[in-house]
Amino acid sequence: MNKLELSRALDIAEKIRKKEIDEGEVYDSYVKKIEKVNPSLNIFVDVYPGKERLQGDSPLRGVPIAVKDNICVEGKKITCASRILKSHIAVYDATVIKRIKDNGLAVIGTTNMDEFAFGSSTENSCYGPAKNPWNKDYVVGGSSGGSAAAVAARLVPMALGSDTGGSIRQPASLCGVVGFKPTYGRVSRYGLVAFGSSLDQIGPITTNFCDCAYLLNIICGFDERDSTSVKIGAPDFTRSLDDNIRDIKIGIPKEYFGEGLDGEVDSAIKKTIDFYKEKGAEVKEISLPHTEYAVATYYIIASSEASSNLQRFDGVRYGLRTGSAKDLKSLYLDSRKEGLGGEAKRRIFLGTHSLSSGYYDAYYLKALKSRRLIKNDFDRAFEKVDAILTPTSPTPAFKIGEKTDDPLLMYLSDIYTISVNLAGLPAVSFPCAFTKGNLPIGAQLIGREFQEDTLIKLGYAFQESTDYHKRIPELDL
Amino acid sequence: MSKKKIVEYVSELARIRIDPQEKECLGNQLSRIIDYIDKLKELDAEDVIPMRGLHIERNVFREDKAGSFESKKSILDNAPLREGDYFKIPKVIE
Repeated sequence: MNKLELSRALDIAEKIRKKEIDEGEVYDSYVKKIEKVNPSLNIFVDVYPGKERLQGDSPLRGVPIAVKDNICVEGKKITCASRILKSHIAVYDATVIKRIKDNGLAVIGTTNMDEFAFGSSTENSCYGPAKNPWNKDYVVGGSSGGSAAAVAARLVPMALGSDTGGSIRQPASLCGVVGFKPTYGRVSRYGLVAFGSSLDQIGPITTNFCDCAYLLNIICGFDERDSTSVKIGAPDFTRSLDDNIRDIKIGIPKEYFGEGLDGEVDSAIKKTIDFYKEKGAEVKEISLPHTEYAVATYYIIASSEASSNLQRFDGVRYGLRTGSAKDLKSLYLDSRKEGLGGEAKRRIFLGTHSLSSGYYDAYYLKALKSRRLIKNDFDRAFEKVDAILTPTSPTPAFKIGEKTDDPLLMYLSDIYTISVNLAGLPAVSFPCAFTKGNLPIGAQLIGREFQEDTLIKLGYAFQESTDYHKRIPELDL
Repeated sequence: MSKKKIVEYVSELARIRIDPQEKECLGNQLSRIIDYIDKLKELDAEDVIPMRGLHIERNVFREDKAGSFESKKSILDNAPLREGDYFKIPKVIE
């Protein structure tokens, strides 16, 4: 097992293919490790003992993969870490699940998250907070915190998360792994429980860019079951695993290095910039002038869409229903009161308010206009550069409980990641340093739409020359 | 409208019952968040066209084709209350 932990998913698959190890034994050893570690870290919410017979083949055949608890795996529980769905069984496979099964990967279980993906710390979970494998007193980030922590702790070689405002990248940053949000429309969301439909995107979480490229090859592609899925051929992303980055132009947005940025994160990103300069990339300062409006814009749009999407949880066809309801309206009011957690209620209230008559123009409509200005900023920047480098999160992992009483402070954790979703762009977070206290720091690369390949190239070049991605937390159980 | 009245009104629209103590806490949190998002008011965007989609800003249609669906039982098994193949709810018509 120790050797496996040090391996990339791709190497594990190769050993299986060469019959050096048995895929059933690989699966069982991961299940065993999850069962041992999980009671103290609370990363998984469900584990499937006993590997099902794998279908299909690919370079990742036999690799166990964990899935965020908001993606449907047929016949398994899907709860979104919410009381309202606590006993819900998925009726079908999400398109991404079908694709990974068709490529011979083994779904091993579901991971902890913020309820309905509302949060930046995986503390808003009906299962309680997940704990950071680098230090149990710290959060894992969120909302795909369980998936990021599972990969960081090497409880699984790879995982899937979803990203509406940074929910793959921010936890990847706080846990020291690679978290990739593909371009909006690149990966089908059929079977992902909807949060903000104009923002949501599924993506891979891995320890390294090589595994990331192979997993992207599997999950990307058109799907007629998601009307926002784009009919554009996905390239072979593994062809970008090439560290020649000479003449790639990287922009550094000055607005991302201001007030609120932690000193250690700031200097880690500056060192990353120096690395790229030395490697022959052309680095220049750029401006994204509407950045200061991004958090406000995002929380109006995302909450409005969430309030609409979550209307379906009404206690009628599925989910929790309280017993006492005598009329239909009380059934709605009481089931939602009991089933939804505090942050879910706040978001639904904020969204309902933004969409309500009398406030629509001032909030929702204004946010849609601001969204276009934010998108235009990126369009203009990408006339001059091929990629944009920023911190992923203004701080390393913070302590469990530190921000739970102040929702607004929590929202500001997403300040560097949300513009990307508003503009529909691809972006990735990868480990670029560690703090003095041995917590990971992530750098974010943002690309032009449908140009994930540039990001893979830049990330791969960094990992070829550094070893941050090879560090493994010592689990204090 | 007062903070309390807004929370009551939104609670009704969103179909989520709230307790009196929740009302106060939620009201305070929301008004802090709304104060923050009011930042957008300073943005001059009079002539900007609202962004209603990403790559294609129009609706996507497909043929309305019938297909077979095998999971009727699994859907009904998730129902909180049912009678035969029906979802059961409280009486709606007086």
